Amino acid sequence: MPNSIQEEIKKRILVLDGAMGTMLQRYNFSEEDFRGERFKDFPHSLKGNNDLLSLTQPKAIAEVHAAYYEAGADIVETNTFSGTTIGMADYHMEDLVYELNYESAKIARQVADEFTAKNPDKPRFVAGSIGPTNRTASMSPDVNDPGYRAVTFDDLRIAYKQQVEALMDGGCDLLLVETIFDTLNAKAALFAIEEVKEERGIDIPIMVSGTITDASGRTLSGQTVEAFLISVSHIPLLSVGFNCALGADLLKPYLQTLSQNTSFNVSAHPNAGLPNAFGEYDETPEQTQALIREYLEDGLVNILGGCCGTTPDHIRLMAEAAKDYKPRVSTAVM
Amino acid sequence: MAEVEARRNLVLSGLEPLIITPESVFVNVGERTNVTGSRKFLRLIKEEKYDEALSIAKEQVEGGAQIIDINMDEGMLDGEYAMVKFLNLIAAEPDIARVPIMIDSSKWHIIEAGLKVVQGKSVVNSISLKEGEEQFIHHAQLIKRYGAAAIVMAFDEVGQADNYERRVEICKRSYDILVNKVGFPPQDIIFDLNIFPVATGMEEHRLNALDFFRGTEWVRANLPHAHISGGVSNVSFSFRGNDVVREAMHSVFLYHAIKAGMTMGIVNPEMLTIYDDIPKDLLEYVEDVILDRRDDATERLLDFAESVKGEGKTTEKAIQEWRSGTFQERITHALVKGIDQFIEEDVEEARLAATKPIEVIEINLMAGMNVVGDLFGSGKMFLPQVVKSARVMKKAVAYLLPFIEASKQAGDKEGNGKILLATVKGDVHDIGKNIVGVVLACNNYEIIDLGVMVAPEKIIAEAIAHNVDIIGLSGLITPSLDEMVFLAKELDKRDIQIPVMIGGATTSRAHTAVKIAPQYRATAVHVNDASRAVTVAGNLLDQNKDTYKNGIREEYDAFRETFLSRTREKNFLTIEDARQNKFPIDWNEFTPVQPKVIGKQVVEVSLDELVPYIDWTPFFQTWELHGKYPAILTDEVVGEQATSVFADAQAMLKVILEEKKLQAKGIYGIFPANQVNDDDIQLYDESGKEIEKFLTLRQQSQKTKGAPNIALSDFIAPKESGKVDYMGAFCVTTGFGVDEWADEYRDNLDDYNSIMVKALADRFAEAFAEYLHEKVRKEFWGYAADEHLTNEELIKESYKGIRPAPGYPACPDHLEKPTIWKLLNIEKEIGVTLTESMAMWPASSVSGYYFGNPQSRYFGLGKIKEDQVKDYAKRRNISDELATKWLNPNIAD
Repeated sequence: MPNSIQEEIKKRILVLDGAMGTMLQRYNFSEEDFRGERFKDFPHSLKGNNDLLSLTQPKAIAEVHAAYYEAGADIVETNTFSGTTIGMADYHMEDLVYELNYESAKIARQVADEFTAKNPDKPRFVAGSIGPTNRTASMSPDVNDPGYRAVTFDDLRIAYKQQVEALMDGGCDLLLVETIFDTLNAKAALFAIEEVKEERGIDIPIMVSGTITDASGRTLSGQTVEAFLISVSHIPLLSVGFNCALGADLLKPYLQTLSQNTSFNVSAHPNAGLPNAFGEYDETPEQTQALIREYLEDGLVNILGGCCGTTPDHIRLMAEAAKDYKPRVSTAVM
Repeated sequence: MAEVEARRNLVLSGLEPLIITPESVFVNVGERTNVTGSRKFLRLIKEEKYDEALSIAKEQVEGGAQIIDINMDEGMLDGEYAMVKFLNLIAAEPDIARVPIMIDSSKWHIIEAGLKVVQGKSVVNSISLKEGEEQFIHHAQLIKRYGAAAIVMAFDEVGQADNYERRVEICKRSYDILVNKVGFPPQDIIFDLNIFPVATGMEEHRLNALDFFRGTEWVRANLPHAHISGGVSNVSFSFRGNDVVREAMHSVFLYHAIKAGMTMGIVNPEMLTIYDDIPKDLLEYVEDVILDRRDDATERLLDFAESVKGEGKTTEKAIQEWRSGTFQERITHALVKGIDQFIEEDVEEARLAATKPIEVIEINLMAGMNVVGDLFGSGKMFLPQVVKSARVMKKAVAYLLPFIEASKQAGDKEGNGKILLATVKGDVHDIGKNIVGVVLACNNYEIIDLGVMVAPEKIIAEAIAHNVDIIGLSGLITPSLDEMVFLAKELDKRDIQIPVMIGGATTSRAHTAVKIAPQYRATAVHVNDASRAVTVAGNLLDQNKDTYKNGIREEYDAFRETFLSRTREKNFLTIEDARQNKFPIDWNEFTPVQPKVIGKQVVEVSLDELVPYIDWTPFFQTWELHGKYPAILTDEVVGEQATSVFADAQAMLKVILEEKKLQAKGIYGIFPANQVNDDDIQLYDESGKEIEKFLTLRQQSQKTKGAPNIALSDFIAPKESGKVDYMGAFCVTTGFGVDEWADEYRDNLDDYNSIMVKALADRFAEAFAEYLHEKVRKEFWGYAADEHLTNEELIKESYKGIRPAPGYPACPDHLEKPTIWKLLNIEKEIGVTLTESMAMWPASSVSGYYFGNPQSRYFGLGKIKEDQVKDYAKRRNISDELATKWLNPNIAD
């Protein structure tokens, strides 16, 4: 029932999982753990390549997914945030991109199916996570040469297409284009998804989630909330929303603007507050829950979840709160 | 949902949103970042002065433009490069990038390149049914996928909509296709319903504005959510020069257009008054015209216009009036307006009043020509007018000459200086040179024109013999560039100090600065168009000439340094690696279409049949009038002149057709062919014996991932495929007799028509090439019969197959021409010959290859490296030096 998410989202507020990276840190994996048996002789350092853990530590990845489903998540994201040839170039692992995405999707799929089998009334879904890559198509990395671009639309489109094909082959129910700091990157991803949809003659729901960098209320590439929304609304989306960079409190005004202006469903997966001086997130699950309750009171969202610093405990309290509220109904005309 | 459905807004974005609702006030689109509309912007882009170009964009946004239109469609520009570069730079300027972009081009590849670099939701300007439904759908699908809105022109396969019924027909059809077949959001459709001038005096233009309003109302009532746009200034075209009336017309037009439902448009805010501020009487006259309320509306507005602004408009009364002025006023008027009807009697009157006949030239005629020069210099007159002025001048001088000689006081005629003009060795093109000659002669320079194909020794000998002040060199084909370098070296060797002016289509400031100037200790200066020639010649000869010359020297030195160290860095592949990355065609999937006839065939065709194939846009370029035909006829700046030259061209066309003044001769051949050794193409006779070999050159610059390094040979099945493929070659001419006819005009002191003859002959030759290509596709080879069988997505050109010509970007190697000549026995069959620089004689000729593969396409070779040059020399069996000489313009530094 791959598209039953379209039905579920009408009935209730859906819960997305929390941070993958935060959970993986708890395992304290060493360079050897990252390499596993298969890459023990790989000529470059691999520590920190979290996406690779889907191949070398698949059990850990499955455990994190299970912890989030256990906490009440309806959707988990595949461990593929950096899974493009562009993202993997840093680790010299461009050739593994298809396999990484395919295997990551299969791990999540299997865990999801187990949970659905246990409780068929609450079907679980797998979202293929598509990150922004580490390059920007509409900004120059060189301040002295503002017309220069380190990556082109076509580079991104080709890389994303490969990722999308692998995620779909691996059994994802939907795709999540997330942490968008440059809308042009996201447009390339959406273009690639449309190409795959057309070639395969199938549809797949898409979530789009941008990132408002700071109190300027703009994306890193300079767009306001409305401009961002307009720039991604040419494709039929399951939802549009924001994630990362800000905590639930600071994100709220932007979410309000978004919610007022879109007829798509709205998603939010904020960080657990802002990081402290050591880069750690201190916001407790209870604090997060209180902030999220404000979203719910105002009827802002259809999908809720967490980004950096959030854990299964955060998600559990979010899910508990969300149960008592009806999903947002759009009044927008855009 | 019903309510939502009823309120679908057009939403666009830059860094900030632009939401256009039915209640929105009119959206103003900025028009100045458009190379076809702004000379200044064009110059800045050509000179890569992007900083200044950006400030134009910024001013527009600050001035209230809510969208900025960006257009880089100009023949001498790499439009795709300029579009991408400019848009990337805009993205770094938040003050500009906050508004949405209108990506404006007639070329799809430029539009698509633009769509790939803007993060916001932009507007594509434009698509239409002009090239048929298939392409229209394909482009609309992509626009939707890139996330943009689209301007849809009221234009279809038949032509532009020019009345109410056609607007309705085309818009309805476009809308239905977009909404129903493509699933294009209806609110993202913006129709451009074509705004045409009113009050032109022509009966059929009376309804132009009303039809636009009616069309707009119809679209808004019948095509839900669609929007309407247009270029407003066209409507007042016939009142050029009278801003009071024009501004009122724009305001009145907009007032009614907005009421009818027009939502956005290209308007110059400075050319607009407030509707309510228009004086009652003017308003009434303007509305009479716009709304076609009276039969005499145009006449009444014209009369009134005279009173609003006395000067400028030439009514019949005014025409009679100029005859009542002094003879000086009449002479000046005749020169400025190019009227030769009364010039002899006016000059005679002046002669009787003068003490010496020569004074009429020195005083009366020069006074008139100075006015012409000033108007031309300040952009208020255009080239065709100046050439007409010259015709009047020549007539006047011819009339006076016998009197001057009789008075035996000739010889004291002090001109501004002597200028030698020549088209260099090996080159036969002289239209541009002749224009420069006329313009300079008008400005009192004595012209020594040595004609075409002039050997360097002769240029030097004549320059010395006549003691000239300036040498002007012209050339159109690339080998002429080397001739100019050679001549500069020779002049330098002989210690000659005469300044050299360089001009012609392939010449450039870059080439002059980098290749010619360093070879010549005296001055070499590039002149980019005829209008500049007078200023440059003046600067080279006046009393401050040394300062000017030093300035040029410094400018070129600096340019050369930045040019040589410029950072538009390019990486190159070795020729072996480039060959590994050839254009991929799956030959297993490919079945060559066997031509109906193998071998060569002479073609004759009547000129009448060629007329529909004429592309007029380059004709206007010859006259330095820039813009696309037919839009150029109503262009804000040059429209009036364009219309006038066009009328003259039509008159001559009639003579050509009726008196069969030109003769069209052509030959083509199609032969079995295979790609061998990657870059060569072997041609066979019917028995399979090799008869000729074409050598192609391969792109060597490092491409973005996935893009191939193309050579023309990639479009022919390789021998290893085991398949017999085909290719063709052709040569057509309409040039025999042209020179003689043009000279007749010239001898009659009519340079204007002399240039016109040559310009039209060139158009006919190109039309013949177009005609023959179509015949080849549809009949002689016939591969286009099964167009629908091929992969649709690969069809981007309107027809399949290409006809590249040696000497042009895909195959810059002129040495391929002798191979074509041998293959088709061209000299014997149709009489067209090749000069030592491989220029075709007569000049109005076109030759090239035919490639029929549906994937074949035009491309630019770009720069190549030493290794390919060496490899090529071996294949061509010539020395490395010779190969370097011929390929020089394409060899990377």
